Amino acid sequence: MDKTNQNRFMKYLRTERLPNIFCPGCGNGTVMNTFFNALELADKDFDNLALVSGIGCSSRIPGYVDCDSLHTTHGRPITFATGLKLANPDLDVVVFTGDGDAAAIGGNHLIHGSRRNIDITVICINNSIYGMTGGQISPTSPTGSYGSTAPYGALETPFNLSKLTKAAGATYVARWTTAHPVQLSNAIKKGLKNKGFSFIEAISQCPTYFGRKNKMKTAVDMMHWMKDQSVLKRKADKMDPSELEDKLIIGEFVNKTAPEYTEKFSKLLEDNCESGKPSSVRSAYRVD
Amino acid sequence: MITVNEELCKGCNICKEFCPHNVYEESKALNKKGIHVPCPKNKEQCTQCGLCTLLCPDQAIKVDDEDED
Ligand SMILES: Cc1ncc(C[n+]2csc(CCOP(=O)(O)OP(=O)(O)O)c2C)c(N)n1
Ligand code: SF4
Ligand code: SF4
Ligand code: SF4
Ligand SMILES: [Mg+2]
Repeated sequence: MDKTNQNRFMKYLRTERLPNIFCPGCGNGTVMNTFFNALELADKDFDNLALVSGIGCSSRIPGYVDCDSLHTTHGRPITFATGLKLANPDLDVVVFTGDGDAAAIGGNHLIHGSRRNIDITVICINNSIYGMTGGQISPTSPTGSYGSTAPYGALETPFNLSKLTKAAGATYVARWTTAHPVQLSNAIKKGLKNKGFSFIEAISQCPTYFGRKNKMKTAVDMMHWMKDQSVLKRKADKMDPSELEDKLIIGEFVNKTAPEYTEKFSKLLEDNCESGKPSSVRSAYRVD
Repeated sequence: MITVNEELCKGCNICKEFCPHNVYEESKALNKKGIHVPCPKNKEQCTQCGLCTLLCPDQAIKVDDEDED
């Protein structure tokens, strides 16, 4: 495919793999666009980028992007990203993960990444379901929503991932939806620029499973649903919790500075390395 | 000029629904995959806001200020 006379994001894509495997109207493609747009807004060098993902439909995104990437095991992208960033702190490391990948099997890695405040940007595509494996309920499925493992509706209270990462120590946290692509892109830009652990929760549509099982037939129906239930954080702060029961609060939740893990680690190497300039982790071992 | 790449479009209608100026209309014709690819009918209404290109999950839309010949 000729990349020149095409859509503005085509230059970032492995065009030989298109059309992508995602179902019609799946939000994954929109999140990809908002990420490319954010790279431009943040003035990031595409060649200095490494994308890391776990397993799931959302985790297939790096496979379409024409840069270095690691498609890892289910739930573990943040651990691989941590290793990558420590080995080469100059890289811009971005994780693409799903709600199942990040919050179920990978939930521990999410909180420990946040706790360390390691400088990676995590884009979590939260479609409230396991899309890839056929619509099972995930830790973020709303109470009462239907899935292939919840024919009578989910019984549990869902995880609020933005609250969770905020509490765990992430220094940039924001939540937007695919129906707010400009704001979502802006949040990713801020996440890319933040020197620390950034968590961007992209609420997204899986029309094939979540939509079909929850009386929303199309991607358009789902996007209207996301728009209708969204309340801006600024407004929500002034509202009574009872008014917010079925609402989705969107906006920026954390934007602060705190010591960053790779910097602390590099300093430790420097302080303990005899030559003063560590070439590897090994060179930092003290000779007793 | 607005072009929709028929090879990439999956007919989700997101562009048609969310364009703030109702530029798109569903075409009567089907493409090779049996999809009604939206057609930029009211091109003169387009402000080149870029929303459709940001939303289209299949990177099928190109909007630029080139004139049509
Ligand atoms: C160790 C392991 N357990 C389970 C699976 C099966 N599996 C693949 S994807 C997935 C869930 C994906 O859900 P999510 O991360 O929300 O991604 P989505 O497909 O919704 O984008 C599961 C359980 C697996 N691949 N590996
Ligand atoms: S199953 Fe759901 S998440 Fe997976 S590609 Fe289809 S719509 Fe997207
Ligand atoms: S650029 Fe904006 S106005 Fe023009 S077709 Fe796209 S969404 Fe509509
Ligand atoms: S948003 Fe894209 S894929 Fe969906 S109908 Fe429009 S051009 Fe086709
Ligand atoms: Mg999911």
